[in-house]
Amino acid sequence: MHDIWVVTELVGKDLAPVSLQLLGQARQLADQTGDKVIAVAMGHEIMPMAQELIEHGADEVLVADHPELTYYRTLPYARILGELIQEKKPNVVLMGATSQGRDLAPRVAARIQTGLTADCLELSINKDGLLVQTKPSYGDNVMVDIVIPEHRPQMATVRPNVFPQPERICGRKGKVTSVPVSLQPDDLKTVVKEIIAEEQQASRLEEADVVVCGGRGMGSKENFEQLYALADALGGVVGATRPPADEGWIDPAFQIGQSGKMVAPKLFIACGVSGAVQFTVGMEKSKIVVAINKDASAPIFNFATYGIVGDTREIIPALLQEITTAKESKTGSRKECN
Amino acid sequence: MHIVVCIKQVPKTLDVRVDPVTHNLIRQGMESIINMFDENALEEALLLREKFGGKVSVISMGPPQVREALRKALAMGADEAYLLCDRALGGADVLATAYTLAQGIKKLQPVDLILCGRHAVDADTGQVGPELAERLGWPQVTLVKRLECDGNKITAWRECEEGTAVWELPLPAVVTVGKEINKPRYPTPIGIIRSGKKPITVWEAKDLDVDEDKIGLAGSPTRVTRLFSPERTSHVEMLTGKAEEVARLLVAKLEEHKIQL
Ligand SMILES: Cc1cc2nc3c(=O)[nH]c(=O)nc-3n(C[C@H](O)[C@H](O)[C@H](O)COP(=O)(O)OP(=O)(O)OC[C@H]3O[C@@H](n4cnc5c(N)ncnc54)[C@H](O)[C@@H]3O)c2cc1C
Ligand SMILES: Nc1ncnc2c1ncn2[C@@H]1O[C@H](COP(=O)(O)O)[C@@H](O)[C@H]1O
Repeated sequence: MHDIWVVTELVGKDLAPVSLQLLGQARQLADQTGDKVIAVAMGHEIMPMAQELIEHGADEVLVADHPELTYYRTLPYARILGELIQEKKPNVVLMGATSQGRDLAPRVAARIQTGLTADCLELSINKDGLLVQTKPSYGDNVMVDIVIPEHRPQMATVRPNVFPQPERICGRKGKVTSVPVSLQPDDLKTVVKEIIAEEQQASRLEEADVVVCGGRGMGSKENFEQLYALADALGGVVGATRPPADEGWIDPAFQIGQSGKMVAPKLFIACGVSGAVQFTVGMEKSKIVVAINKDASAPIFNFATYGIVGDTREIIPALLQEITTAKESKTGSRKECN
Repeated sequence: MHIVVCIKQVPKTLDVRVDPVTHNLIRQGMESIINMFDENALEEALLLREKFGGKVSVISMGPPQVREALRKALAMGADEAYLLCDRALGGADVLATAYTLAQGIKKLQPVDLILCGRHAVDADTGQVGPELAERLGWPQVTLVKRLECDGNKITAWRECEEGTAVWELPLPAVVTVGKEINKPRYPTPIGIIRSGKKPITVWEAKDLDVDEDKIGLAGSPTRVTRLFSPERTSHVEMLTGKAEEVARLLVAKLEEHKIQL
C-alpha cells in the first residue's frame, strides 16, 4: 500500500483551508507515483463533508462520526487515527500544523513509533520514493530536508498557506467509508468545557503567516479599519508600533517590538511605520516585508523586500481592490457544487 | 505535588547560517540559554508549588554544558535537577528524546504534572511534550496560555483555530505552555547562592532502563539529508507608479512568493 493520507480538520463547521491545501498537494504527489489519496475526517455530523473532500482530490474518505468527536480532544482522535493507521498501513500521513495537528500528530507518531516532521514548507518524492520533508529551523534561518527511510507511515505536519488550494471538481467520484468508532473510558478523561471564539487575538499575532502593521502614519483609529480589511483579505492579523498602542487606536497587546511582541511571518506589511530600531527588532525575521511610507528616506525601507513610497490612504484601498480581483480570478477560490 | 519541568538548552542567537561549502551550521557566538518557553513552564511550576507545596524537579537531556541551564533553573527556584547525558543518547530525534525523557521521569515517580515549553526555538517542533505524554500514557494539553489547578485536576485555556478552547483533565498530565501564561522570574542573589548547594544528578544510559534500539540515533526514525540557508532578498525593490499600478505589481510579487491570496 502506498496511500497518502490527509487528516482533515474543521474550523467551526467548515473544512479548514489547510486540509484542502494538503489534499491538493497529496493529489500531486500521488499522481507522480500512481498512488491513492485518502482523507480522514473525524467529527460529528460530518458526512456531508465527504463529497467536498472528494471534489478536492480525495479518492476515498474515511469518516469517523460520533458525538464524542464533536470537539477536538487528543485521546479520542488519537485512538481512532492510531487504530486506522495500524489497520490500513498508509505510506504517508499529513496534517496541518495547526493547534489540532500539532497536538494530534506527535501523539499518534509516538503511539505507532514512527517519525514525524513538524511545520513543513515543502513536500516532494525523491528517487528512492521517500517523502522529502522540508522544514525551517532556527527561526526560519535554516532549512532542513528530512526523510524517514524505514518507519511507516512517514508523518508530517505542514504549515497553513504554503500550498495553494486545489480547484474543486464538482461531481468528482470517490468512495466514502464509514469507520466504526469505539472509544475507551480513559480516552474521555479530558472534557472540553468551552470554545471561546475570538476574531483577532494577540496570541495569534506571533504565529500569523501574515501581519499587517500600522504605525503613527495611519493617522487615526478610523484609518486602522483599513488595516483590518487588508488583514482579513490576506488571512492575517493586525499589529502596531508603539504610538498607535499609546494613542488607544489598538489594544497594546498587539504592539510589536522590543517592548511588545516578536513576529516572524511570511509576509509583513508595514503601513506608516518609520522603522525605529526598537520596532524593527520585533519584525526583522519576517520573510517578505512590504513597506508603505510617504517618506522615501524612512529607515523601514532598509528592512523591506518591497517598498512603496506613497500615502497609505491611497495605497491600501488600491491594494485591497487588487487582492479582491486576484482572488476572484483564482481557480482555487472556494466554489460551491450542487 | 511533584512537578517535573522539561528544559532544553538552545543557542542564544538564532542568527545561524549554513556554510555553503561544508554545509555545517555557522553560529554567531555559541552562548546558550534556556529555551524561552521552558522558563515559562518552570515559572508555572514554581507558582503551583507556592500554592500546593511539594517539589519542582527539572530534567534535561543533552551534553554536559546543559548543567549551566539546569543551574539557572535551580537558581530560579527548582528543587532538584537531572541531566540525562551520554554519548549513546546523541543524535536523538523527537521519538528517541521523548522515550529517554520518559524513562528518566519514571525514575522520579510519583509525578503529578509535567510541564514543557510549547516548542524549542532551535529545532522548532513542539512534539516532545505530546510524545512524552504518549510514552507515559497520560493525557495532555498543548499550547496552553492559562492554567488552573485544584490539586487533582487542571483547567487549561489552549489556543485553537477558533480562539480558545477550555479543557479540563485529571492529573497526572503533560502540559505545554506558551509565553502568555506568565512572566518568568529572575534568579535572586539568594537563589543563586542556594542553587550552588543543590546537586545536579547526572544519569547515563546505563542508569536508565532504556532499550538500546530506542535511544540516540538508532532510535530515531528521521534523517536529515540536507541543510541549507533559505534565499533572502537583502535589498529593497521599490515599486513605483500610481496607486493602482503599485498595487498590481505588489500582488504579482506576492503570488510569485506563493502567498495565498
Ligand atoms: C525603551 C523603548 C522601547 C520601545 N519599544 C518599542 C516597541 O516595542 N515597539 C515600537 O513600535 N516602538 C517602540 N519604541 C518607540 C520607537 O522608538 C519609535 O518611536 C516608534 O517605533 C515609532 O513608531 P512609528 O513608526 O509608528 O511612528 P513614527 O516614527 O512617527 O513614524 C511614522 C511614519 O509614518 C509615515 N507617514 C505619515 N503619514 C503617512 C501617510 N499618510 N502615508 C504613509 N506614510 C505616512 C511617516 O513618514 C513616518 O515615517 C520604544 C522606545 C523606547 C525608548
Ligand atoms: N532534550 C530535551 N531535554 C528536556 N526537555 C526537552 C528536550 N527537548 C525538548 N524538550 C521539551 O519539549 C519542549 C518542546 O521541544 P521540541 O519538541 O523539541 O520543540 C521543550 O520546550 C522542552 O520543554
